[in-house]
Amino acid sequence: MNKILLILAFSIFAFNTINAQDLLDLLGEDEETTEYVNASFKTTRVINAQSLENVAGGVLDFKISHRFGRLNQGAYELWGLDNASMRMGLDYGINDWFMVGVGRSTVGKTYDAFFKAKVLRQSTGKKKMPLSVLVYGGLTNKTLRRSEAEDELLDFKHQLAYTAQVIIGSRLSKNTSIEILPTLVHRNLTVTNAEKNTVLALGIAGRQKLTKRIAINAEYFYVLPDQVADGITNALSIGFDIETGGHVFQLHFTNANAMHDNGFITETRGDWLDGDIFFGFNISRVFTIVR
Amino acid sequence: MSTIKNLSVSIILTLFALCAYAQDGAKYFTKEGHISFHSETKIETIEAENYKATSILDVSTGQLEFKVLIKAFEFEKALMQEHFNENYMESDEYPKSNFKGKITNIADVDFATDGTYDVAVTGDLTIHGVTNTVETAGKIIVEGGEIKAASNFVVKPADYKINIPTVVVDNIAEEITVKVDLDYKLFNR
Repeated sequence: MNKILLILAFSIFAFNTINAQDLLDLLGEDEETTEYVNASFKTTRVINAQSLENVAGGVLDFKISHRFGRLNQGAYELWGLDNASMRMGLDYGINDWFMVGVGRSTVGKTYDAFFKAKVLRQSTGKKKMPLSVLVYGGLTNKTLRRSEAEDELLDFKHQLAYTAQVIIGSRLSKNTSIEILPTLVHRNLTVTNAEKNTVLALGIAGRQKLTKRIAINAEYFYVLPDQVADGITNALSIGFDIETGGHVFQLHFTNANAMHDNGFITETRGDWLDGDIFFGFNISRVFTIVR
Repeated sequence: MSTIKNLSVSIILTLFALCAYAQDGAKYFTKEGHISFHSETKIETIEAENYKATSILDVSTGQLEFKVLIKAFEFEKALMQEHFNENYMESDEYPKSNFKGKITNIADVDFATDGTYDVAVTGDLTIHGVTNTVETAGKIIVEGGEIKAASNFVVKPADYKINIPTVVVDNIAEEITVKVDLDYKLFNR
C-alpha cells in the first residue's frame, strides 16, 4: 500500500510540475523572422539630402519647402524673413521600394524629377543586414529666361543637369541614424570653362532623435576640390524634425538657398561664418492614394 | 506474492492516472489567431489586423495564454503602422504583448457537444511592458470536434502608459476595441 501511495504521490507531483510550466512553452520557440529596419529618418529628406526612407507604396507626399533670406541681411529685411525662395514637390511611392518625385523651385525657375530605389534594406532577425543602400537619379531643368545672346548659343539641353547618387546608411540605434551619399552631378552647362561639367561630391547626414517625435538632423556635402567655381561653398544644414501625425515639419538653418540637387550641391555660395545663413522649413504631408 | 500484486496495482493505478491526465489535459493551440483593434473618433478611424497571434488553451483547467507580435499588426496606412510601432507601442523595446489567465467557468463548456458557450476570462494582460489584470467575456464555439474562440474587449492606452500627445488626442480613441478570433487545433505532444 505504501508503494501505491508513493507512486500516486509521484504521479500527482508529476502532474503538478507539468501544469505549473508556461503553457506557451509547449509550443516551442518562435520561428525567427526577418525584421526590416524602418523609420531611420522621419521623412524622405534629411534636409536637402535624400534620406534612407522612401514613401510607402501608394502614398503621395506633398512637400512645401521654404528658405527665407540670409540672416545677415539685417533688420531692414527682418534678418531675411522678408524674402523667400521655395520648392513645391510631390513624391509618390510606386511600391515600398521604388519612389518617384517631381518639383519646382523658384531658384532658377527649376523643375526637377527623380527616382529613388531601395536596393538593400537593413534588417535584423533571420536575415541580418547592417546597412541600407539606395540609389537615386535626378534631373533638373532650369527654365530661367536667357538673354538673346545666350539663346543664340544655347539649346534646351544646356538647361539640364543630372544627379546620380548612392545612399548608404544605417539606423545605428533607436535614436541615431547616419548615411553617406557619394554623388555625381553632371551639368550640361557651366558658367565658366574652368568648372567641371561632372562634379563629384560626398554627402554625409545624420539624425538624432531627441524625443519620440522630435529629432535633430544635420547634413554636409563636400565637393571635391578643383571642380566648381571660386566662391562656391559646401552646403551645411542643421535642423529639427517635428512630427505630428500625418505631418512632418522640418525647421532648419542652411547656407544653401536652393533645394534641388545641382543647386545646393554645386551652386551654394553662402558662408556660415559670414552669416549667410538661411532659415527655412520643409513641410511634408502624406496622403494614402492606393490602399 | 503480495508485493508483486501491490506493485501491479500501483502500476495500473499510475497508468490510469496518467491516461486520465492525458485526456483531461487536452490542449488546443493556434499560431494564426486573428486579433484586430479599432479606434474611432469623429476625426479618424484607425484599424489594424494581426493574423499571427499565438494562443494555447488547456480545456481541462481553462488555462489560457496568448502572445502577439506587435510588429505583425497591419494597418491600411503605412505611416500609421510606423507611428504605432515607433511612437506608441515602442515595439523594438516591447516586441510582444501577452496574456496569461484562465477561463473561470471552463466546466460549463461541454467540449463533446456542439454549441456556443459563454465564458468568463480573467488574467494578466501585458501591453507596452505594463501588466494589468483584466476580465472579459468571450465565447467558445464547439463545432464538430473543432474549437473556436472569440472575444471583444476594451483597452485603454492610458492604462498601459501609452502616451498620446495633445496634437493627435482627437484622432485616437481613449477606449480601443480589441477583437479576438481563434480557430484552435488540437495540440499533439
